[in-house]
Amino acid sequence: MIGLTLAAAATQGAGVGAGASAAAGVGNGFLSPSGVEIAFLLVGLVTLGAAVVTVTTKQLVHAALWLVVALGGIAVEYLLLTAEFIAWVQVLIYLGSVVVLLLFGLMLTKAPIGRSPDADSGNRWVALAVAVAAAGALVWVVVDAFRTTWIDLDGPVQGSTKVSGEILFRHWVLPFEALSVLLLAALIGAVVLSRKNGDPDNTTREASPREKGKR
Amino acid sequence: MHLAYPAVLAALLFCTGLYGVLARRNAVLVLMSVELMLNAVNLNLVAFDVWLRDALHAGQALTLFTIAIAAAEIGIGLAIVLMVYRNRGTSDVDRLRDTAEGNEPAPGPDQSSVRSEVTA
Amino acid sequence: MTTTTLAVLVPALPFLSALAGLLLGRTAPGFVRPLAVLPTLAAAVLAVLVAVRQGGGPAIDSATELTPTGSVPIELALHIDGFAALVGVLVGLVATCVQLYSTAYLRDDPRYPSYAALVSLFTSAMLLVVYSGDLMVLLVGWEIMGICSYFLVGHYWETEAARSASLKAFLVTKLGDVPFLIGLFALAADAGSFRITKILGAVAAGGLDHPTLIALLLLAGVAGKSAQFPLHTWLPDAMAGPTPVSALIHAATMVAAGVYFIARLLPVFAASRAALVVMAVMAAVTMVGSALAALAQDDIKRVLAYSTVGQLGYMTGALAVGDRGAAVFHLLSHGAFKALLFLGAGVIIHAAGTNSLSAMARMDGLAKRIPDAFWTMTIALLALAAIPPFAGFFSKEAVLVAAEHTAAGESEFAPSAAGWLVLVAGVLTALLTAAYATRLWLMAFRGRGAAAPDHGKEPLAMTGVLWLLAVPSIAFGLAAGPLPDWFDGHELSPTLTTSVLGTGAAVVGVMLTYALWQRAAAQAARVPAGLPAVAAAAEVETAVEESAAQAPEVEEVTHEHPAAAAGPVADPGKALLGPLHRHAAAGFHLDAVYTALFVRPVRAGAGLVRFLDREVVDTYVRGAGGGPRLLGALVRRAQTGNVQSYLSALLAGAVVLAIATAVLANVNAGS
Repeated sequence: MIGLTLAAAATQGAGVGAGASAAAGVGNGFLSPSGVEIAFLLVGLVTLGAAVVTVTTKQLVHAALWLVVALGGIAVEYLLLTAEFIAWVQVLIYLGSVVVLLLFGLMLTKAPIGRSPDADSGNRWVALAVAVAAAGALVWVVVDAFRTTWIDLDGPVQGSTKVSGEILFRHWVLPFEALSVLLLAALIGAVVLSRKNGDPDNTTREASPREKGKR
Repeated sequence: MHLAYPAVLAALLFCTGLYGVLARRNAVLVLMSVELMLNAVNLNLVAFDVWLRDALHAGQALTLFTIAIAAAEIGIGLAIVLMVYRNRGTSDVDRLRDTAEGNEPAPGPDQSSVRSEVTA
Repeated sequence: MTTTTLAVLVPALPFLSALAGLLLGRTAPGFVRPLAVLPTLAAAVLAVLVAVRQGGGPAIDSATELTPTGSVPIELALHIDGFAALVGVLVGLVATCVQLYSTAYLRDDPRYPSYAALVSLFTSAMLLVVYSGDLMVLLVGWEIMGICSYFLVGHYWETEAARSASLKAFLVTKLGDVPFLIGLFALAADAGSFRITKILGAVAAGGLDHPTLIALLLLAGVAGKSAQFPLHTWLPDAMAGPTPVSALIHAATMVAAGVYFIARLLPVFAASRAALVVMAVMAAVTMVGSALAALAQDDIKRVLAYSTVGQLGYMTGALAVGDRGAAVFHLLSHGAFKALLFLGAGVIIHAAGTNSLSAMARMDGLAKRIPDAFWTMTIALLALAAIPPFAGFFSKEAVLVAAEHTAAGESEFAPSAAGWLVLVAGVLTALLTAAYATRLWLMAFRGRGAAAPDHGKEPLAMTGVLWLLAVPSIAFGLAAGPLPDWFDGHELSPTLTTSVLGTGAAVVGVMLTYALWQRAAAQAARVPAGLPAVAAAAEVETAVEESAAQAPEVEEVTHEHPAAAAGPVADPGKALLGPLHRHAAAGFHLDAVYTALFVRPVRAGAGLVRFLDREVVDTYVRGAGGGPRLLGALVRRAQTGNVQSYLSALLAGAVVLAIATAVLANVNAGS
């Protein structure tokens, strides 16, 4: 809710300088948003709401599901920004694997099903204050900086699979390959970390038959 | 499209994730909040890439890399959380207080006297 | 070799001996005795050679400048005139005697090597003072003497008395040395040089701006070193040192250094009549007071110490009336017979096992046990009492003659008031001196009671030295004839008036004391076991114990002794002094006065400083420690171990910084 009001305030603020730079964009204006902008705004509201629910809900599994909504919303935003390849990658990796991984994590750590009253730590009020302050500062700065800037979404598509493939394998090959090594290292690291080592201390302390079966 | 929309949305998403990181107790939920923050950054990257019409599309490339790294991060993070859970019996962040003042793990008998002197 | 080379060798040889002694003392104990005696003996021989070559002729001056030292140059300078040559001979002679004597006296002492080395170092420093022609170099020797005196007085540092005596000697002489140093600087600033010859030249040309100030400042240092009133209190206490040290330092050399210093710079003092009058008053008070105190002392060494103070008073008196020839003449003869007295006293203490006179007075036949000491002590006491024809008579007459001349107004610069003062005090002191000399002799050698213990014959090194020193004590008076050629040329031979006066006073003193002793002895014999006798015996017992506590060397050098027999003691001093005796025995309570005047305020100041340090300064220190500790305790509470709170704080800080940056950027952009 706080996020919503802030967003509204931000959009209010963003329109202040619109008239002055009307010549820069063709037919742009705050009071007459285009269809894309309306769609972006609505999807953004949904995304933000889902994110807020994710970080506030008392049911842990629901949090993961609301995260799906939020990440999916971001994928739609990518589409609206004409970055379609990124949008599909987002769906594939985040919705497909990361959320599933998180759900597995919840299960393996025996997260309680249903409402758990102690989902938030005692730190929440401090956290809220810090978050609100950070949000205020960021929104203020961003709006102040970009209130007269428009994205030109017309023209050649910038984020199609073709374009992305071309630039990725023409200009960004080396980082791409380095990234593959990083992923391999992460894979091995995860395996090493979650392996049960032969230390009798550890096995006796936390040897539950269910976990053993899962491994 | 007005650039402020994606920028403000990204900022707010980031702060929501921030709140989650600071306020959530379960380590898996903290990881989820981290994902939210990463996505906010990604959104920013894409929006500015589109706005700048970068010939190399550095923003989009970097977004892809971030996604990959986030995947790796979530893998490693979950492995760590699992290990912590296995060792401690809990994955609640605010119960992992081994670094607190005066909360040293019981040392060997030869060190205990030295420790008590230090803390006293 | 030239005379200059010889003169340089004179202080250098004992110095090298001291170095070698300190280095080799532990590793090669066999060399310690030859190393101690032979260089000193060689230095004495060389000093005699220097004196012969100088021969009372014009002064030998030689100087070399090691390095430029700013506006007032400091030079290694020699200035050997008749005074320096003869005093050098005296120092060499006494030092050699003392070193020889010490080989026997301290033969069982485990610290003999360091002792001998320090005596050598002291001898070297004294010879440096004597021969030096530059005041700064003289000051170096002066201070080395002071520190050697400190170490040697504290030789028996196991005892409280020796420790406090050495500290007292050091502090009191330093009390004089500080004004002395300032006086030296003032003198050099006025005269433009530290060289004695140049200073004397400047004085002769009337170039001194503040003669009285300089003279009084220097006089303070001299009073400290030469144990003159009011800084004499360290000397009687310094008797806690070994007896040979007393003979060398506190009779013949160091205490004479002050007198010698004034003798060298007499024109500086003579430039101020006020300084001469102050000096005369100081000398008169010192003479009479110390003679009275000497009459009342029970410790034989303290008697001699007060006697030394009095004789130094004579010398100061001679200087006050402007006759340095007489002063140095008395210095020489006194150095010989007082060293003899101290060394003889060492033998007596050795034999009697005590240094309490009243304990000796209850021993029979002490004189027969130590005939050498008896005869030489008799000679020295006669010299001290100024009975003709012994050395003391001539030198004291020289002083009295000089005082009489000044009193008659024949001196060109000394005021006649100073002359009268010195003359009257001198004659009075002559009487008292004779009295306490007689008392000492009677009580030490004419005791009646149990037989003195027998320790066999005293070593030749000790008795031989006594006879060696007895020679100048007897015959040095003959030098009164040729000596004026070495000095200023003033006549030093006695005149009829002063001879009759002085000798008459001395004879009166002797007779009076003898008569009183006879009467006291008869009284003591009459009440052998009466009530007063018991009281007297108890008094004597405590006196013996006190003296034993004050003189650790008694236990050091003597063998077991039977407890002193109780009995009445014939002490002529008590009868002679009457009600004054109690005060005189305590040195006229000067120590108590100093305690009230200086020690208590200093202690109170120290207490105040301690309070300030403990309660005020330490409060700041404790606060400086407690503040961070408190803050640390507060900050430690933040160390909860909760990662989220850490992160919250971190991010909150980051947000604050970001906002601050943004605001600043806006403000800057707006301005």
